[in-house]
Amino acid sequence: MAKNNQKNMTIAARSSASIDSQTPISFTFDGRKYQGCKGDTLASALLANNVHLTGRSFKYHRPRGIMGAGAEEPNALVGVGTDGRIEPNLKATQVELYDGLVAISQNRFPSLKLDVGEINSVLSRFFPAGFYYKTFMWPASFWMMYEHIIRHAAGLGKAGDDHKDPDRYEKRHAHFDIVIIGGGLSGLMAGLQAAKSGQRVLIAEDQPQWGGWLRACEDIIIDGMSGQAWAEQAVSRLQEMENVTLLSRTTCFGYGDHNFLTLAERVSDHLAEKPAHLPRQRLWKVRARQVILATGAIERPLVFAGNDLPGVMLASAAQTYLCQYGVLVGTRGILMTNNDAAWHNAFALHRAGCRIKVIVDTRQNPSPALIKQATDLGILTRIGSGIIAAHGRLHVARVEIAPLSEAGDALTGEPEHFDCDLVMMSGGMNPVVHLHSQARGKLKWDERSHCFRPSTTHEAEQSVGSCNGSFDAAIGAKEAIAAARKAIKANSGEAAEITLPEITATKIKWTPMPIWQIPTGQPAGQGGKAFVDFQNDVTANDIQLAVREGYHSVEHVKRYTTTGMATDQGKTSNINALAILARERASDIPSVGTTTFRMPYTPTSIGMIAGRDIGGLFDPVRTTPMDKWHRAAGAKFEHVGQWMRAWYYPKDGENIQEAVIREVEAARQYAGLLDASTLGKIDIRGRDAAEFLNRIYTNSWLKLGVSKCRYGLMCKEDGMVMDDGVTTRLAEDHFHMTTTTGGAAGVLDWLEEWLQTEWPDLQVYLTSVTEQWAVATLSGPAAREILKAAGTDIDLGDDNFSFMSMREGHISGLPARIYRISFTGELSYEINVPARYGMALWTSLMRAGKNFGITPYGTEAMHVLRAEKGFIIVGQETDGTVTPYDLGMGWIVYDKKPDFIGKRALARQSMGLGDRKQLVGLRTKDPKQIIPEGAHAVLDPNQPPPVDMLGHVTSSYFSPNLGHSIAMALLRGGHARKGETVYFPMLDGKPPIEATITDTNFYDPKGERLNGQH
Amino acid sequence: MLEIKCPYCGPRDEEEFSCGGEAHIARPLSENSLSDKEFADYLFYRDNPRGVFLERWRHAAGCRRWFNVARDTLTHHILEIYPMGAKPVSKAGRAAYNANWRRDSQAEIAAQPASQKTNKTSSAKR
Repeated sequence: MAKNNQKNMTIAARSSASIDSQTPISFTFDGRKYQGCKGDTLASALLANNVHLTGRSFKYHRPRGIMGAGAEEPNALVGVGTDGRIEPNLKATQVELYDGLVAISQNRFPSLKLDVGEINSVLSRFFPAGFYYKTFMWPASFWMMYEHIIRHAAGLGKAGDDHKDPDRYEKRHAHFDIVIIGGGLSGLMAGLQAAKSGQRVLIAEDQPQWGGWLRACEDIIIDGMSGQAWAEQAVSRLQEMENVTLLSRTTCFGYGDHNFLTLAERVSDHLAEKPAHLPRQRLWKVRARQVILATGAIERPLVFAGNDLPGVMLASAAQTYLCQYGVLVGTRGILMTNNDAAWHNAFALHRAGCRIKVIVDTRQNPSPALIKQATDLGILTRIGSGIIAAHGRLHVARVEIAPLSEAGDALTGEPEHFDCDLVMMSGGMNPVVHLHSQARGKLKWDERSHCFRPSTTHEAEQSVGSCNGSFDAAIGAKEAIAAARKAIKANSGEAAEITLPEITATKIKWTPMPIWQIPTGQPAGQGGKAFVDFQNDVTANDIQLAVREGYHSVEHVKRYTTTGMATDQGKTSNINALAILARERASDIPSVGTTTFRMPYTPTSIGMIAGRDIGGLFDPVRTTPMDKWHRAAGAKFEHVGQWMRAWYYPKDGENIQEAVIREVEAARQYAGLLDASTLGKIDIRGRDAAEFLNRIYTNSWLKLGVSKCRYGLMCKEDGMVMDDGVTTRLAEDHFHMTTTTGGAAGVLDWLEEWLQTEWPDLQVYLTSVTEQWAVATLSGPAAREILKAAGTDIDLGDDNFSFMSMREGHISGLPARIYRISFTGELSYEINVPARYGMALWTSLMRAGKNFGITPYGTEAMHVLRAEKGFIIVGQETDGTVTPYDLGMGWIVYDKKPDFIGKRALARQSMGLGDRKQLVGLRTKDPKQIIPEGAHAVLDPNQPPPVDMLGHVTSSYFSPNLGHSIAMALLRGGHARKGETVYFPMLDGKPPIEATITDTNFYDPKGERLNGQH
Repeated sequence: MLEIKCPYCGPRDEEEFSCGGEAHIARPLSENSLSDKEFADYLFYRDNPRGVFLERWRHAAGCRRWFNVARDTLTHHILEIYPMGAKPVSKAGRAAYNANWRRDSQAEIAAQPASQKTNKTSSAKR
């Protein structure tokens, strides 16, 4: 590698205002120990240690070095951290150095300098654009094997092995009058204007320090100060103001509708010791009345053979490393440029001690003043020329320079060879228009600066300074003040008077030559690789090939070649790629257009987006007032929506089957107790409450007596069952509705929707009281005796308290509403007490029932008990395509009333067709066999595929009370098939299960047990 | 993420709301003796226009109230927010309302109270 660079810079030799050379910092890269300074990035520290080779490329495993100095860096991707904290694919240019930092290179095996994947580079003829699409198309069945190999070979870095992220992340919502993205000259200028005018201002800067290009620029003088000194003064003034929020190390990565911005604040990534009270990163969700974008510009690389060698760098990056970090990135440099600005970068490096041997300018007529300045410094110039190839193995060592035609598309002479250890390149500037474009602002192609600039905006935003194509500092500052004043006015504020500082800087003409690929003098496809997209290894040839193969749209070329698709999202490559595409299509750049800019601007950790909403905080868990009792009793639980419900109560090592059989038998022989507190409960009041229910439910509600209960089905407007439950009339204008546990919230929303949007004339008020009542359901022949034993002032006799009615009174001294309704078919009471008495009620009933064999039962036993009676569960027997008629519940549809939701739909012709799936019961031939739920029914198990399917099993259990299995199924034309035999083919090669179609009411069809008389 | 100005609570993030789809779909009753096909216009057919769309929103994680929104589906700009039962008053909102195919559908005509039916045809022409 760079043996030619013998001058290993010592820490003491480095000086710049941004780094603290008195505070050395140790770090390791690929296991080797190095020293950097406080203020370094990993990239600047590596370069200071003369380490240029930082990674291997994605596809060809070519050696790669540091090309940029910020978010645009395509090559220097590293993994940082140890153990569970390894974060892959970080740009070395953005990783702040801290003591003990551990970084590793990526995409190499076994080591950076010796990489076996480099063979891909030799074989590159066989890895053209679209290689994967072309090669792995067939045979289709081989994809599984191909995928395994590709997944291993491809991809960038690896995440930590431990899949648990040990760090903490926070989220924050905020609102501002004016949000400014970018803390360089324009951003700070706009910030000063807005802040002094009393606006609530947020200024966010991606870098740890403020000032942007001011920190890397040596020739700018603002109000008699260096650019950096001015920036520091501006920031300290802003910091004193209460209406200003300053966030450094904060990247705005998303810009959405209605001025909604998402920012990633790196709170403690840069600290060696991470304080426990600080999150690692913080996500800001910001709503801004006005946005000012001051995001700067990124230099474009030039496309020439060997432009990816370590030691080939953006000219502005070389200057940044020099001025901001005090690192000289080479000793013998060559510059290739198509514009004036880069000449000054070369002069700066030359003056600092890197001998610039040649400045190569692709233009035929750069400014004579620049040529003179170069000559005075002893720098050779090659005008109207280009670097046609760079050579070297692990570092650039030699270039070939040849004269070009005026258009830059052909060679006009023989190449000269020059030794070097640094190639600076500059292809002009690209304004960072990403956020403007994310916010759906339009772009226009600037024919002078040869770049896309913002044109019309979609949101309340303005772009200022370099990101608006105004590269001149004084113009940018003026623009920033004007934009801030406009934003203040739009916010109905008054702009304070501030004076524009006096800015002097080297005058530069920002008119680069449009040259998108330096010719090689060889036919396309031959000669060295000229990279367009460095991170995804896309060459100029790949784009040419894509066009030849018929891909013309920029979006197609992007996906076919993968240009612009890597983690840098083409920050350095996109314009070169679409300019080459335009050339190949004999079109122009504006007609080709850009691909869509999408968030995130830079990769963003998923942990930060999740924030605290993980683990137990991901979703609330709801428990009933009796939850502690169930836990103490060793219950197993199941999730029902957000609720935790007792599933079964295993005793003495019982498994689920044994426990459920015991619970089910007890409920039929003695008494069972179920915690039904999770049932949805809605309090319905108002003059028109009965009329309202009459329209919501399919059956009739107007004449229901006070204290009487009624079961109801509600349908959607398409006639399909959506929920069911028992509703009780508490008074003329007062009802208590129950819903399914999972459907409670949805039903309340549904009722509200109809009241507010369709029937606002009805006077009805709804209140959710699900959590206000605790419910214990006591069911079984001994239920009445247990209530008596618990002590009640309610007359439980059938004459006073009949089935489907409600009585209010006391149980064990607790105020209660008791509903005599039954989901088991047994004599059953649903005892409701205020939630705070739930536990007292439960324990008191358990005590009172002890001598009667009371047994708590869970949801599984509840399912078996209701299935024995053929009672449906909405969501199990129904799936949104099932009508009351399909369920055999036509008796609950009262179609004589003028209206109910679903009435007209149920009268549709298609509803009467006989082949609808209808609910039936099933009895297996072998009474012990249980058909799996979801099993499909067929008439002929021997029919060759495709097999006609009748429908599927919705519920299936073994019924201990009946001594055989029971099931329910939705079968095509099922109601007319009773008595027929159907088969259920099994997946595991076992013979099909044979069953007979029956009624669904398996147990006590006459309903004698409801009264406890049997 | 949209910012929606709840008429009862003020501006809030979209995540507090739920969208209830197309607004101004009059509900016919079964007594209106529509054919299945005509009824399907009410039951199944929904618009998805490019441009101004009149839709219903609910402040689900707030006051739970419903209201109407005139939103441009192309720009996501909200042109107008108006109460349930009202009609849009903005020019673009009114134009979208009047231009909707539903105004002439049998389902909507049938759903009009008898007292308004005579006015209906004339207002559609206006």
